Amino acid sequence: MKFVSLVWCNLRRKKLRTWLTILSVFVAFVLFGLLCALKEAFTAGVAVAGADRLIARHKVSLIMLLPESYSRRMRQIPGVDSAVHFTWFNGIYQDDARNFFASMPISDPEEFLKIFPEYVLPESARKEWMATRTGAIVGRSLAGRFGWKVGDQVPLKSPIWPRKGGGAWEFKIVGIYEGAKRATDTSGFYFRYDYFDEARMRGEGEVGWYAIRVADPDQAERVASALDAEFVNSPFETKTEPEGAFAQGFAQQIGDIGTMLIAILSAVFFTILLVAGNTMAQAVRERTEELGLLKAVGFTNGLVLVLVLAESTLIAMAGGLTGLGAAWLITAGGSPMPSVLPVFYLPPHLLLVGLGMIFGLGLIAGLLPALDAMRLRIAVALRRQA
Amino acid sequence: MDVSQQPLVRLEGVEKSFQRGSEQIHVLANLSLQVGRGEFLALMGPSGSGKSTLLNLVGGLDRPTAGAVEIDGERIDQLSERQLAAWRARHVGLVFQFYNLLPMLNAERNVELPLLLTHLSRGERREHVRVALEVVGLSHRTRHYPRTLSGGEQQRVGIARAIVNDPTLLLCDEPTGDLDRKTGDEILTLLQALNRDQGKTIIMVTHDPHASARATRTLYLEKGQFSTEKPE
Repeated sequence: MKFVSLVWCNLRRKKLRTWLTILSVFVAFVLFGLLCALKEAFTAGVAVAGADRLIARHKVSLIMLLPESYSRRMRQIPGVDSAVHFTWFNGIYQDDARNFFASMPISDPEEFLKIFPEYVLPESARKEWMATRTGAIVGRSLAGRFGWKVGDQVPLKSPIWPRKGGGAWEFKIVGIYEGAKRATDTSGFYFRYDYFDEARMRGEGEVGWYAIRVADPDQAERVASALDAEFVNSPFETKTEPEGAFAQGFAQQIGDIGTMLIAILSAVFFTILLVAGNTMAQAVRERTEELGLLKAVGFTNGLVLVLVLAESTLIAMAGGLTGLGAAWLITAGGSPMPSVLPVFYLPPHLLLVGLGMIFGLGLIAGLLPALDAMRLRIAVALRRQA
Repeated sequence: MDVSQQPLVRLEGVEKSFQRGSEQIHVLANLSLQVGRGEFLALMGPSGSGKSTLLNLVGGLDRPTAGAVEIDGERIDQLSERQLAAWRARHVGLVFQFYNLLPMLNAERNVELPLLLTHLSRGERREHVRVALEVVGLSHRTRHYPRTLSGGEQQRVGIARAIVNDPTLLLCDEPTGDLDRKTGDEILTLLQALNRDQGKTIIMVTHDPHASARATRTLYLEKGQFSTEKPE
């Protein structure tokens, strides 16, 4: 501890340079935090995907529809525990295209909640949903976004599915579901298929895709093959895959998010490494005589090395910890674009990665200058002043 | 022989050479020297004669190319870097021409530097620092930073730093070289007092005959060799 003040006073020597370096590290770690949250947003579906869930869609494309009658046939295939279908509704609230969110009719509320246990709904709301044809459940974040509460009547318009007779679709919010995990998407709007199918102007009996729960996750691959075989050579052939693979494929429609983010972060951190390394190299060069003096009075080479490394680590910590903290605060405020990025937060494991990077940055940036300081010959260092 | 009668500093056949490009420069050649306890030795000689190099060897700041450097019976040329650093911290006080104070530390903290390497508590370190600054007559300037001190005062802080860990040997490299005559005299008086009253053995490199007159013995160094006579 007695050496901490020695490190501290060196940081105060060139205040502007120190602050600018800290600021650059700060910006880098804010960016790190936000990009991590962005990556999480794109891959949350993969992270929460159930090992026992399969997704079956039209073999050609997700936008092509499947018959609703597949439900019954799917349930008859050995290994299938339950199946529920979804259709992309594309609901828009209050005629404003920005008020867009994931909204879907689902075939069976009971089955749906059984297959997706991460959606936690009170028992009373479950009963109410079963009893109300126009009933809908909404996630906590979506309810918060529009200030909805249980009992509210919500009109939605769908550019894909106009209602018979025109006008908006009317829904009654019967429950607000919570996410069992932090990464669970609570921005969804689910309503009953029977109401949807009866009132839609076209496409009766057609649905978007199926979620299937298998009895034994170890048999998921076999069940997926059996499902696809069941509908082969039909006008509506299916492609069935684990939910995780489906979610990943969905995210990768935009591109390989993970690789893009790693490329950006690598460039940012390489630049910051040069900035911090240059600061330390300059600081050590300017203090050659002082480092020589410290060694002359008995500071060992190892201690001088540690002092310089401590200095660079302190700079990295000052910028990095505040940067990570700022990123955490920003993401804690919720998604800046809830309709596009429903899940947006900085997961604890990535915070730990960030902490590791802070120390790594401090040590790597300070290593070469610290080695120079360690190898400094006292007589040469002291002679410089003379 | 009684330990107290043994010389504190003993150099035997010391050589020091440097490589400059392809050229080998011999600074000290087969040099031997003994300095007794409590002696105040002045080393004089023209620039480049090897005075500071010799001082560096005695202080363990550099190593000889050949020969033995023995201080208080210990062969310091055979110590590892780590052992040598610990030895310097315990046994040597260094005073420099340009004071070599750390500008970001006040007088008190500059003097405290060698004590950071000891196991003394904060309170004990403060007490040592207080005494050292009192000895050099700077008790009233403890919180001042080097930039706010005069040259003479900075050199006093440098001397306080050199004596704070109570070393047996003080090595002074032109301690008055950057000071005016009057201030230089004050510093020399202080060094004399440390030698006379506290029994410190002092080796002082100087160009100034006026300064060397304060020493109990003067040696002249020219082309890496000693003489007791001032060279022409």
